[in-house]
Amino acid sequence: MRFSGISARFVPNIASGGLLGRRALPRQFWLDGLAFMLVATFLIFISWGMSEMSAPLRRLHQDPISLDIAYLPEYAMRTTLRMLIAVCFSLLFTLLYATLAAKSRKAGQLLIPLLDILQSVPVLGYISFTVTAFMALFPDSMMGVECAAIFAIFTSQAWNMTFSLYQSLRTVPHDMDEAAFVFRLSGWQKFWKIEMPYAMPGLIWNMMISMSGGWFFVVASEAITLGNQKIMLPGIGSYIALAISERNMSAIGWAITTMGIVILLYDQFLFRPLLSWSDKFRYEQTAGEEMPTSWVRQLFIKSRFTRKFLIPFVWISRIVLRIRLFAPQVPNFHFTTRESKLFDYLWYLLLALAFMISARYMVGFFQNSVTWADVLHVASLTLITLIRVVVLITLASLLWVPLGVLIGLRPRLARIVLPLAQFLSAFPANLLFPVAVMLISYYNANPDIWLSPLMVLGTQWYILFNVVAGASAFPNDLLDTARNLRVGGWLWWRKLMLPFIFPYYLTGAIAASGGAWNASIVAEVVSWGNQSYTATGLGSYIAQMTQAGDYVHIVLGIGMMALTVVLFNQCIWHPLYELAARKLRMG
Amino acid sequence: MAEMLLELKNVTQSFTKPEGRVLKVLDNIDLTLHEGEIIGVLGKSGSGKSTLLRIIAGLTTPTTGSVSHKFKSASRDALDIAMVFQTFALFPWLTVLQNVQLGLEALGVPEKEMRRRALEAIDLIGLDGYESAYPRELSGGMKQRVGFARALVVNPSILLMDEPFSGLDVLTAETLKTDFLDLWLERKIPLKTVMLVTHNIEEAVLMSDRILIFSANEGHIAAEIKVDLTYPRDRQSASFSAMVEQIYTIMTSGMLKRGLSTARTSEISMHDKLPRVSPNQLAGLMEELAGPPYNGRADLPALDQALGLGTEEVLHLVDALRILKFADVAEGDIHLTSTGQLFADADTQKRKQIFAEHLLHNVPLAAYVHRVLQSRPGKHAPRIRFVTQLEDHMTEDDAIEALSAVTSWARYAELFAYDDNSETYNLENPEA
Repeated sequence: MRFSGISARFVPNIASGGLLGRRALPRQFWLDGLAFMLVATFLIFISWGMSEMSAPLRRLHQDPISLDIAYLPEYAMRTTLRMLIAVCFSLLFTLLYATLAAKSRKAGQLLIPLLDILQSVPVLGYISFTVTAFMALFPDSMMGVECAAIFAIFTSQAWNMTFSLYQSLRTVPHDMDEAAFVFRLSGWQKFWKIEMPYAMPGLIWNMMISMSGGWFFVVASEAITLGNQKIMLPGIGSYIALAISERNMSAIGWAITTMGIVILLYDQFLFRPLLSWSDKFRYEQTAGEEMPTSWVRQLFIKSRFTRKFLIPFVWISRIVLRIRLFAPQVPNFHFTTRESKLFDYLWYLLLALAFMISARYMVGFFQNSVTWADVLHVASLTLITLIRVVVLITLASLLWVPLGVLIGLRPRLARIVLPLAQFLSAFPANLLFPVAVMLISYYNANPDIWLSPLMVLGTQWYILFNVVAGASAFPNDLLDTARNLRVGGWLWWRKLMLPFIFPYYLTGAIAASGGAWNASIVAEVVSWGNQSYTATGLGSYIAQMTQAGDYVHIVLGIGMMALTVVLFNQCIWHPLYELAARKLRMG
Repeated sequence: MAEMLLELKNVTQSFTKPEGRVLKVLDNIDLTLHEGEIIGVLGKSGSGKSTLLRIIAGLTTPTTGSVSHKFKSASRDALDIAMVFQTFALFPWLTVLQNVQLGLEALGVPEKEMRRRALEAIDLIGLDGYESAYPRELSGGMKQRVGFARALVVNPSILLMDEPFSGLDVLTAETLKTDFLDLWLERKIPLKTVMLVTHNIEEAVLMSDRILIFSANEGHIAAEIKVDLTYPRDRQSASFSAMVEQIYTIMTSGMLKRGLSTARTSEISMHDKLPRVSPNQLAGLMEELAGPPYNGRADLPALDQALGLGTEEVLHLVDALRILKFADVAEGDIHLTSTGQLFADADTQKRKQIFAEHLLHNVPLAAYVHRVLQSRPGKHAPRIRFVTQLEDHMTEDDAIEALSAVTSWARYAELFAYDDNSETYNLENPEA
């Protein structure tokens, strides 16, 4: 899914850690025991997962995916591990890419537009191209296919994290920057001591959103069909794919339950602790805001075992942090800083050359196999999908904006609804295929119209999230004023609420429309057993070309989609966003 | 007797805290608003004065009791009660004119008349030329003028003001007060009654005909004072100062009566509320008191004026000095005790030592935490242990507040330490 660095505006939780209430903290012994169990389980889990992942490739044929629920826990763990690895790589990528883009103006000029394009390429677009390459890299081992799956998940996670870090790095408050300068922190120290802590809340929050995005593509990343190659990696995604092709309703039910449990565990054991930890880095503390709490984090802080266990890591990090890599800025008392423009021109020349070479290469790639008729055809398909996206985002907005406002003004309700919506946003559209197929065949409905809702199924929640967040941030004194002046009805919506939540809504709508494009590849072709329906559009075109293994036309479709999304962002969302930011500046 | 406008009977407002305790913010309030008066409401924050205002405005429904209007609505295009907020509460995306028109729009006043009335109000309050400005372009004083214009444009009978001047600097506040008083006294606005909530005693004496003083934490009116001085009132005059002094004494003695278990001494028990003030501020105040012109003794209102911290803050500081037995209060005067004097003259290390001794002897909670820590083998104890224990006798908020105060004092005195990460108290030196 695509997000242009969503800010940590609201923090829904799946279940607040009430299991071990503050009062009922067990004694030190139990604390230590529990903490030890958690750490040991984690280590065993990792080593088991790694050995499974590097098993020989024939295992895939020896032990095909089974719908027996006894296998589900194992599948769940495999999927969990894949997502964990993917998120680690996303983090690594984010640290390198965003830092480079933020620190070097020249690199930023190239890297940021590139990132914009990268996040506009549909997740499923990446997989078609990487499977063969990764399989060639690890012949006869599952590792190749695993890598392709992990890479696909990575592509659904990395971009918005990178945007978030980049934006944070660019907006580090001036006084912190000056403090670093005055105390002569090296570049390395400044990054870890000042910039990263500042960026942390936003980064963790986007990591959480990314995880939902990853789940949405879990089926597509594990059950890979490319031309005549059909690969099914053991995991929940493959389980769902098999259940769909075998029309096994109860298996679908079990898959949903398992996913729910895994998401809950992820929340409790990874994101809650991270959120509660990152809260201390929050630069602006608004009094009265609830601090995220986590029983797992409390357990780790209070247990002596984990403290001892962590000592070596703390030591290492202290040593690493002392490294004086990248010299500190030195005060410049000589005012002769007219930088040579020569280097700039050289850089632009290099960029222009690179552009020309790649353009030449692209023309060569398409020249012999793509006709103008093809391009026109794909363009018309793009238009159809575009209409779908616009109509559905509009419908979702008409539904969720008023509901979101009503929920947001009731904090207690919001605390129930938000985690639920976050939960729902993670569920892959594939899970609703049976329902869609049955309804369409029963009512003999037109798939061109009635398949469309599947596109916004997962992404509509971003509108709800953000509108709820916006409405709950509506200042109380303004609400009081409105009540005192008896402002009600349409006047209230038009003059007061809608202008206020507009920027929040935009954040949600941008995420939702990006996600809808992405989901179109899954949602425009649905099947349930041997029954299948196709909606005409760019998504189904890409899906069909992928089935056929027709690389040239896959590239054409994906390129067109990326181009449309980039243009849509640049021409519509960005100007709107800037308008909102200008209008709403408080104070 | 002037006409009665609004009457509150037996109004009680209480909240049930999550742990089931009932907290009374207002307790059985009877109050009548008459035509032609400005009523000042004084009290510390949390004394229920703002809640009272919200109840009159209809923003909050009281738990029990009744509010009855004794007036007929002037017309369909006027609002009975309008309000001015401390935070200005302007809508940042609306221009000055649009902000002012909002209430008229809600009343359904026709476009042309709405514009005329809004421009008139803007004119009246001195905002000419700013009609198309956005609030962010205005200074604080101008913003509050918009707040006034917005409230006055709907021709209310009653104007409620919730600390309208406390968000402004002294000079701006002064001009705005005088301007408003001029409008009121010259009857340029059809207002019948004004209710002004404030924590500034001088402001209340300057503007009101009648002052209600709320007692802290008990939710009832401790005293009602009629101000018979003629407008415009002169702050320098003897009668003005005498009135300020009188109110000051009432408020400080009210303070003595509440939290502190016995009115005459400053002995407190473990379950008394503690003011949350920083030790550095306490040290600063003692230095101030020890030096000239006070030389160990000061008139409280004068001291308040000189410090410029706000009455409430000063009362908290005085409260803390009394509890720690560094100072004593009598008849509106504060004077340093001998150890208070000693403290003021000492160097940093000596000060910490004196502070630690006083903390142990005079603040039972500090002594208790210290004792528990000493008796434990690891010399540390979780914070929750103390919170839970305190909660048996006080509300959760008060317990946390008291514990925070003790923590900050004990840190200064190096009596014990607290680790916020693990939420434990300990006697060890802080980890490196």
